[in-house]
Amino acid sequence: MLKDYVLAMSVEEALDSLKSHAGEARIIAGGTDAILDYQSGKLSAKCLVDISKIDKLKKIEYADGQIIIGAAVTHSEIKESSLIQSKAPLLAMASGSVGSLQIRNTATVAGNVVNAQPAADAAVALVALGAVAEIADHNGTHYVPVEEMYAGVGKSTVDASRQVVTAIRFPALQAKQGSSFVRLAQRGALALPILNVAVVLSLAADNVVEWVRIVMAPVAPKPLRASQTEKVLQGAVVTDQLIGEAARAAVVEASPRSSALRGSAEYRKEVLEVLVRRALDQAIVAAK
Amino acid sequence: MQKKVLRFQLNGQSMELLVSPDETLLDVIRDQLSLTGTKKGCGKGECGACTVIMNGKAVNSCVVPAMQAMDAEVETIEGIGTSDNLHPLQETFIDYGAIQCGFCTPGMIMSAKALLDKNLTPARLDIKEAIAGNICRCTGYVKIEQAVLAAADKMKENKGQ
Ligand SMILES: Cc1cc2nc3c(=O)[nH]c(=O)nc-3n(C[C@H](O)[C@H](O)[C@H](O)COP(=O)(O)OP(=O)(O)OC[C@H]3O[C@@H](n4cnc5c(N)ncnc54)[C@H](O)[C@@H]3O)c2cc1C
Ligand code: FES
Ligand code: FES
Repeated sequence: MLKDYVLAMSVEEALDSLKSHAGEARIIAGGTDAILDYQSGKLSAKCLVDISKIDKLKKIEYADGQIIIGAAVTHSEIKESSLIQSKAPLLAMASGSVGSLQIRNTATVAGNVVNAQPAADAAVALVALGAVAEIADHNGTHYVPVEEMYAGVGKSTVDASRQVVTAIRFPALQAKQGSSFVRLAQRGALALPILNVAVVLSLAADNVVEWVRIVMAPVAPKPLRASQTEKVLQGAVVTDQLIGEAARAAVVEASPRSSALRGSAEYRKEVLEVLVRRALDQAIVAAK
Repeated sequence: MQKKVLRFQLNGQSMELLVSPDETLLDVIRDQLSLTGTKKGCGKGECGACTVIMNGKAVNSCVVPAMQAMDAEVETIEGIGTSDNLHPLQETFIDYGAIQCGFCTPGMIMSAKALLDKNLTPARLDIKEAIAGNICRCTGYVKIEQAVLAAADKMKENKGQ
């Protein structure tokens, strides 16, 4: 049962609070997942340590070609940020598709990652961006790629009773790089994705794909990189035929599950091909 | 259980009360302050009936931990008009028949107010985005959109005077 609620004013204070509760306290940010998980008994803690008021964590910064998003930054702030719109447009789209305006106004991007749902929209975009989380604990600061933060469905490698994600960083898109975020859901708002696909790619001269990252969800216990498909594309010249082949190859890498609400595995595989093709097309147009 | 002091502004008035760590902002508004205009529909962030404005932004008070309202300015439906002196949104919701059972209305109006406070010339798409998190089982939304547009016009006129 919850006994205490701490509004931390600094990361140090948050870490100290966690430590003094020896594993029985837990970080909370926007609370859109944590409150419900707590109420349903999925999450148990004696104390919640709130990081949403820490000024230092509320910033979106740009330094040395890197974008750094503090752990208290909300989806609304990402969606409205002109820096994100121009240097990581897929993330603005992904955050903009989360829940509803009310949810986006409090829910954080970092929370979207730590909650570790395979199809969490912002997290899917962040994996495509090659994002890295900055994680603080009593031993110091660690950097872990978002892609490696999944221990299972809904299970993060971050231990929120001991560690705080302080920021998420990734390289800003440069000239000749393009991105896309494509999402299929039952409605325009308040609907978890049936599928979502994020692509970031870089074009070299003569329309050669220099590198590409394709991320698909929910088709695995975590946002899934279509690694084999990426290899098919790398170094190849962009043609309609190549994109079609890549989209078919991506489907082979995916293992979606059947959901009564969000479509059968067969249906998801059929449309995944279309979504990957669309996502690649859009990213290529954006890169040109 | 350790109750904590929560201080915030509610509809322009300073509030200071004791809250338990597991209380939400909605619990505080409805149960402690007996302001029952803010509705509890789903209790899961999915319907928008509990929408209030916190520091200028529409939020679902059922998924906001009460302590997060510390030092915040919170507006609820009770704060925006009285029966003798309705807010333009309240007037146009009545005029346009944008209310049927009324359960979604307080949340709908708070979402619309958060929009109009920042933008008195909203496009239909802006209105749709603002109220997409507010479920209405009765009206079909068209009349609500019309009411919000009409309220924007009224508020512009009032401002011009
Ligand atoms: C109605 C509704 C609709 C939704 N729709 C979508 C949707 O369409 N797409 C989507 O992707 N998500 C959706 N979500 C999920 C949710 O809003 C997001 O996952 C949100 O981004 C989580 O952020 P938060 O700040 O609210 O996290 P919290 O609820 O505060 O925390 C989530 C988890 O992460 C941990 N945590 C949070 N921040 C940190 C940190 N800095 N360091 C360590 N641990 C941390 C917490 O301990 C907790 O376990 C929806 C949720 C609701 C209620
Ligand atoms: S009661 Fe809060 S969103 Fe439904
Ligand atoms: S008027 Fe009945 S739910 Fe909207």
